Amino acid sequence: MAQMRYREALGAALREEMLRDERVILLGEDIGVFGGAFKVTAGLLQQFGERRVRDTPISENTIVGMGVGASMLGLRPVVELMTINFALLAFDQIVNHAAHIHFMFGGQARVPLVVRMPQGAGHQLGPTHSHSLEAMFLHVPGLLVAVPSTPADAKGLLKSAIRDDNPVIFIEHESLYGVRGEVPNSPEHLVDFGHAAVRREGGDLTIVGISRMALTAERAGRRLAEDHSVDAEVIDPRTLRPLDLDTILRSVRKTNRCVIVEEGWPHSGVGANLAALIAEQAFDDLDAPVRRLSGADMPMPYSKPLEDIAYPHEPQVIAAALATLGRSADSPAPPIDLHHAGVEIAGAP
Amino acid sequence: MTRERVAVPTEQDAPPERPSPARSLPPPDQAREWLSTMTLIRRFEERAGEMYARAKVGGFLHLSIGEEATIVGSARAMRAHDYLVSTYRSHGHALVRGTDPGRVMAELFGRVDGCSKGRGGSMHMFDAQRRFMGGYGIVGGNLPIAAGIALACDYTNSHDVVLCTLGDGAVNQGTFGETMNLAALWRLPVVFLVTNNQFGMGTSLERHSAVTELAKRGEGFGVPGVRCDGMDVLDTHAAVCEAIRAARERRQPMLVEAITYRFRGHSMADPEEYRTREQVAQWRLRDPIASFGARLREAGVLDEADLEEIDRHALAAVDAAVAFAEASPFPEPDSLYDDVYVLSRQIHGTYALHTAPPQAPLQDRDAPRPDEEIPMQLTRALSVIHEGHGREGEQPLTAPDRPSAGGPPGGHQGGDRNDSAPEAPR
Repeated sequence: MAQMRYREALGAALREEMLRDERVILLGEDIGVFGGAFKVTAGLLQQFGERRVRDTPISENTIVGMGVGASMLGLRPVVELMTINFALLAFDQIVNHAAHIHFMFGGQARVPLVVRMPQGAGHQLGPTHSHSLEAMFLHVPGLLVAVPSTPADAKGLLKSAIRDDNPVIFIEHESLYGVRGEVPNSPEHLVDFGHAAVRREGGDLTIVGISRMALTAERAGRRLAEDHSVDAEVIDPRTLRPLDLDTILRSVRKTNRCVIVEEGWPHSGVGANLAALIAEQAFDDLDAPVRRLSGADMPMPYSKPLEDIAYPHEPQVIAAALATLGRSADSPAPPIDLHHAGVEIAGAP
Repeated sequence: MTRERVAVPTEQDAPPERPSPARSLPPPDQAREWLSTMTLIRRFEERAGEMYARAKVGGFLHLSIGEEATIVGSARAMRAHDYLVSTYRSHGHALVRGTDPGRVMAELFGRVDGCSKGRGGSMHMFDAQRRFMGGYGIVGGNLPIAAGIALACDYTNSHDVVLCTLGDGAVNQGTFGETMNLAALWRLPVVFLVTNNQFGMGTSLERHSAVTELAKRGEGFGVPGVRCDGMDVLDTHAAVCEAIRAARERRQPMLVEAITYRFRGHSMADPEEYRTREQVAQWRLRDPIASFGARLREAGVLDEADLEEIDRHALAAVDAAVAFAEASPFPEPDSLYDDVYVLSRQIHGTYALHTAPPQAPLQDRDAPRPDEEIPMQLTRALSVIHEGHGREGEQPLTAPDRPSAGGPPGGHQGGDRNDSAPEAPR
């Protein structure tokens, strides 16, 4: 084990896989000379040279598309996009091409491509650099979607993504790059897709946290125990496609209550999808409606006080958990939920 | 949209003049093969249209009747190892690379023996063995992919080149400029062939492009362009040969604009209200097959009986293709989820994603792939596309299937006769 920052764990995964397999190449804007917008690729140009670490022009759709084409011949390109919002420029290549080529050509071609990108709010980057759009990619059959929340998972999932023969959307979180954690040293430290992590065991309710919200949920779980004597089970799915629904259902069948926390938008979000799956498959086990806690239903604002209340924090998770249990928090913390997000009362204060 | 601004010989209602001097003929057997393949494409497309009218073919059907010289002239400038990337008008490109017409027709019929197993249809033909890297349904979507294939060719130090076709409409997509820039910046071995049939669906060239001399559109990005007569198989062949040589030997990506015309509508659902019958009739006077046939007859390469035999063979091949497609079954319902994912220990198929399919995919019944993965030597990296469902790295890189020498005209020409030959001089 080694103490490592999230960004260092990602960089280590890239370095190890490039050493292991010469088919792995990196494409992206400012990943080489600049060292990466978030310094994930720092040092890789010096180690592997321009043939394998390629600075690209600002042409998101085309660099993803070139990754698709190169992967069809057996290379394993890892494309870095500077934020998830920029991935929208590459949606044609991601959805119409990367996700569909294996199927639409009858299995004759594979697309072992990884597209990395950070998402998330908290840095006052406003409405075009701060969103959490994992639900858009979750929507698309043919893609795999990873949302690592710890340095160990970042490394292990990225290595698994690079070795997989399917196109992978690898969603990092901007606020996590500097976070430290224990990371196994082994170059064979792989985290399988489709295996959720139970971050905290408990019997009173299940809290599922997506991406960074897994950490928020874990902290909320600790405080629920300390301050409210509530024993929450906290689950981090780690990958959304494939989704380890079994682990979530097993937990819900034990606790009979569930809160889903995500940073993305509420409509057609990850939580909406998961709530539907739980309702379909564990309805009889529920003692309360599945509650969703999401980012506010709006573009991300710039101003710090507004940005702060536009996505969930521990107090909202705690309040949602207590409400699901039929209890109210001692100190009021307005939950950001569909109601407050303006779905039913648009324009309400 | 003034006519004066338009330099191409496309606006006139009179038959356009041949824009380039007459090229010398290739060796007789080669000339015969070119004419045979053009004829096969014509007859295939006509029959496909009939099958569409009989509801044997669904969806959209884009025919390349009129564009046969552009297809054959350019593809015959390729070596067998080179890669061809096409558009949604791709039947002819599959045929010219040697894909069995029966498998192309079966794909149109949505049958299991189709060249994309009935998953893709008219717009998404593919034949990995012949390095036909696909028809693509999104205008301009194929350009980055072609550049990526060229990047892989370059990365693996191969001498292979990518020929990427696009229509005149695609030059106005963002991917066009992005891809030209990257191809030139990274000196990728790729040739872009603009099949300028003068309409982006129903919008004529001078109504969709401010600069209508499309050969110039790449120059600002560092991709030199040349123009050729896309109705003349010899001129197209010569121009693309030279461009491919520049890409292969000098790592200079090139753009070739072939001026051609589609005699039929954009798709079968096209009332063609954007052009006159007279214009179509005038262009038909320059029919690429009739004119090349006449040239060969005048030169004494072929006689009337030969021409009839070539046509008979093409019709027979198309008859056989329809029979093959008719006999091929539809895909089994329980194969619905096949090939959505490449399955492995960690990816079990769509069922594992809990999307609740009616039943597990067929692939789930197979033993999962072994989990270990051994890094391949780069020289073997390309073998992945030749193995279909097999494991990577199990066999060395091999050439695409070679056609049998005595096959029916137009059936399986492949590209081998050009494999070792240097590109013809202009």
